[in-house]
Order: sequence, then structure tokens, then C-alpha cells
Amino acid sequence: MQAPSRQTSADKQSASKVEDMDSVIPESHAAGSSQAQSGSGAVKLSATNLNFFYAKFQALHGISMKILANQVTAFIGPSGCGKSTFLRTLNRMNETIKSSRVEGEILLDGEDIFTQEVSAVRRRVGMVFQRSNPFPKSIFDNIAYGPRINGSPSRSELRDKVEQSLRRAALWDEVKDKLNQSAYGLSGGQQQRLCIARALAVDPEVLLLDEPCSALDPIATAKIEDLIFQLKSSCTLVIVTHSMQQAARVADNTGFFLLGKLIEFDSTAVIFKTPNKKETEDYVTGRFG
Amino acid sequence: MGAGPKPASSFLQRLKGGDEVAYLITCIAASTILALTALIVFELYHNSAASRGKFGFAFLFSSTWDPVNDQYGALPFIYGTVVTSAVALLIGIPLGVGAAIFLAEMAPPKVSEALTFMIELLAAVPSVIFGLLGIFVLVPILKWLEPAIRAVLGWTPLFSGPFYGVSLFAAGVVMSVMIIPFIISISREVILAVPNDQREAALALGATRWESTWDVVLPNAFRGIMGSVFLALARALGETMAVTMVVGNDPKIKASLFAPGYSIAAVIANEFTEATGEMYTSALIELGLVLFALTVVINGGARLLVAAGERNKT
Repeated sequence: MQAPSRQTSADKQSASKVEDMDSVIPESHAAGSSQAQSGSGAVKLSATNLNFFYAKFQALHGISMKILANQVTAFIGPSGCGKSTFLRTLNRMNETIKSSRVEGEILLDGEDIFTQEVSAVRRRVGMVFQRSNPFPKSIFDNIAYGPRINGSPSRSELRDKVEQSLRRAALWDEVKDKLNQSAYGLSGGQQQRLCIARALAVDPEVLLLDEPCSALDPIATAKIEDLIFQLKSSCTLVIVTHSMQQAARVADNTGFFLLGKLIEFDSTAVIFKTPNKKETEDYVTGRFG
Repeated sequence: MGAGPKPASSFLQRLKGGDEVAYLITCIAASTILALTALIVFELYHNSAASRGKFGFAFLFSSTWDPVNDQYGALPFIYGTVVTSAVALLIGIPLGVGAAIFLAEMAPPKVSEALTFMIELLAAVPSVIFGLLGIFVLVPILKWLEPAIRAVLGWTPLFSGPFYGVSLFAAGVVMSVMIIPFIISISREVILAVPNDQREAALALGATRWESTWDVVLPNAFRGIMGSVFLALARALGETMAVTMVVGNDPKIKASLFAPGYSIAAVIANEFTEATGEMYTSALIELGLVLFALTVVINGGARLLVAAGERNKT
């Protein structure tokens, strides 16, 4: 079903489509020659030969990848290609699935995440989900939950933390007068930014975003993308997205997944303009999907 | 399509569409329930006329129950009903909700399924069986435990006085065993129905499994868990057979849970067949009306409390 359709006769057409993508890739990306693996920054997360199984089904096949600090890394690929599964192994969230199994190594700042306390890993590697999932609590308590379980901050510390996190998520001005109201009263886009603020409140070093905009309208999507851009300075971001335009807009590096394998991983400009693999080119030019 | 109204369809055509038929049938079903409830209230009210006429509201506050002299009062029975139900809930809620949390969140799915099946079987056991269990198993156990309970709680008036086995306490404990299956079964379903993204949200912030269960899953399931408690409470208030077998059937008001007592449902079941005379029968029917009102008041009050609590929380 998801096998790439290799129609080599349409090469010329695809070349022109590749050029269409140029318009959405920001100059900064195009200019930077940076090969993703060339080591232009510190390596934050590195996966080596990672296999993942849902019971007997192997969802990931030997993924190796280095994710650089303070950059945005995007994973693209058709549905069921393993990009979300890979994302969720990065903070060991997949372990909540019964009878799943992981092989291989993931290093966070050079330390194996599988030998560390799982809650400590997740504190450092935060996550935002596809559907916004605020708790049935007030806006304040949603943000304060993370700091509360990870220590016992005083009331004033907590207030500062909540304000700071909401500001970082560009939500403060919209909610500062209704911090004690239910989070469910917010719009979809605001709820998703609330979830980002909630994740930021524990000061994660890495933030994983699993299709964070798939349920949002274009304006709310643009706000989240702006936010991703701003967060880059303080945090390493990894985003799974169905939208290639989104990957092209926000990501420094992009990985293309297909059938549980990492087909190609390179700077975003290379992936969208001059991909080295036939499958990548077919996908980014919309020849299959 | 959409330009003007559809040509007026005949009544037959609309019937074929099914909407009218479905509305009618479901509406009849709903009305039947309401009508039945109304009929019960009416019958209880109508048939208790003699007793209501003679005793008035004093019936509720009098603790005389004297069929020989035709003097009747409901207070000991109200007291027994409320106290046994309270004991049942005090024991049943923590055990039931705790078991539901284990089955839904902690146990492996296969264990959970098997245990839940057995617990639901327990709910189907007739109450007379629980009564027998109470007499032959629970009462001896309570007698054996009595010194220990007395040693810890004997200083309160609740556990003072002689203990013969059959008592308000024994009735409450038997009843707790009977309501626990309801609490477990429904609470487990509600906890399982909490969206997984709520658990993941907490875990992703570095919460432990237990923190995600306690801080996030239970608040999400709170309303449903309270629903299971209400159902259990309704069953406890009206429980007849098992209670009458272990409660002692003594219409007195004693502070001690170790003393025998009586409940409304138990006295109606025990005395209705031997009630001679209009006033005796009428008083028992009025007791039925009181039980009905008690159920409505307690359930309604609990629901209001929960609603108020929820409003304060968010």
C-alpha cells in the first residue's frame, strides 16, 4: 500500500516540482551548506541501530540518527512509516504500550536513556501531542503540574514559573486574566499552546512535537510555527509532521521515513531540493503519498 | 436540492423514514418509567392515609413501635437504614475504588478481565445468600475480631456495649460486600474510559505511573466513580434480605454499632405478612414511603454536593 511507485519516466516533471518547493524554504536554510551529520553543533540525541517492535510487528528497522542541539529536526513520511514511533522512543513514551520492545541505543548528551530513571528522562525530553490534551484543571494548575511533581516550589516560584512558561509559549497575553478558569474554555490553538507551555514549565532540554498542528487551522498553525522558531534558542526541537511545507518552513534538518526505515536524513534544503534517494524525491515531489 | 422546501411529504412517507416511529417508541419507553415511579409514589401515599392521618409528621420522629397498642414511629428504622448504609459505604468505597484502580491501571489485562468477570458474578449472587454468609461466616469472624476492634476503637461510643454478633455493624459489613462489586465494576469501566492522552500528558512531564493515576486519571474519572457510589448507595438503602438476617431486628436506637438494630426494608419484609389491622399495614406502607423519600433525599443531596465540588474545582 505504501510502497513507493517508481515511475522513472516522469523525472523531468519531478525536477520542476522540486523547484516549486524552493519558494517555501527560507533562505537561511538554503544558504547553510550544513550537512546534518557534519557536526556543525553539539549532538543532543543520538540513536544507534534502533529497532522497535509492537509484539511481533517490527515498526522500526535499524534507525541511526544524530539530532543536533538548538536545531529543529523534522520527520516526514507517509502514515505508518514509523516517524511517530521513533519520536516516542526518544522519551521512552512507547514503553507504556504493552508487549512492545526496543533494541539499540539512544544517547542523551552521551548517556544511555534506557539505563536512567524513566521519569528523569521524560523530564529532560518533553513532549507535545497530536491532539491537545490539557488536564481538566485550571489554566494555572495545568502549567503548574509539572513543577509541582518535580519538586515543591513555593507559591511565588510557581507563579513566576507559570507566567514565564506561558510567555515562552506566546499565550500569556491571551490568558493572564483567566488563569483560574478551566483550560477547556480555550480554543483549540490556545489549548495546544497551553500544552506546549505545560511541557516548557519543567524546562526540558529537548521538546518532541508529534504532529502538533494537525488539528489546527492555518492561523493557529502559523502561531505554533513561530513559537517553534523562537524556542530553538533555548531547547532542541524534534517535530513529526504530515505537512512537507511545515517541515520546509520550520526545520533545519529533515529525516524521511518509509516503512519503518530512515531513508534519508540531511539538511532540509538538501531533502527538498536535491535529495540523494529516489524514494525521498518521489515523496517530496508528491509523486506518491 | 436545497432551493425550496421539499414537496410536503405525506404522513405515511414520514413514517417510513423512521424518525417519527423511533421518537414515539423511545418516548413511550421513557414515559413508562416515569409513570411507574409516579404510580409507586401514589400507591404508597394513598395506602398510608390512615397512618399519616393519625400520626402526622410525628411518625418520623417517634421511636415507639408497638403493634399491640397500635402506636407506630419510624425513627429507629430510619436510623438503622442510614447507619448500616453509612458503614457499608465507609468500607465499600475505599475497597471498591482501590480494587478498580488496580484492575484498570495496574493489573495485566488478562488478570483484570478474569477478576472483573468474577466480581460481576458476585453482583449476581442473591442477597439471601449473602445473608447466610453473614450469619455463618461473618458473624463468627466479627466475634473473633471483636476484642481487637474494641482495643483500638473501644473508647468511642460507636464500639461500646455488649456484642452478640448480629448488629448494625454486621449488617453494614455484609452490605459492603454486596455493594463493592457495583463500585468496582463501574469505576473500572470509567477509569478505563479516561483518554490515554491524559495519562501520556502526565507521564511526559516526568510523572510516575502512580502520579499520573492519582493526579490525572482519577480526577477525570471522578464523576463516573461518584455515579458508581450513588448506585451502590441506592442498593444499600433498599437492601432487605441480607440485612434482616444479620441486623438483629430490634427497633431501638443505640449509639453503638455493636448493638442490634432494624432497617426500614427489613421491618417491612418481616412484618407485612403478619400485620393485622388497618393501622399496622398502613404504618408499614408509610415506612415504604419514608424509604422512598430517604433515597431521593440522600441521593439528590449527594449529587448536589458533587456538582458543587466540581464547580469549585475548575
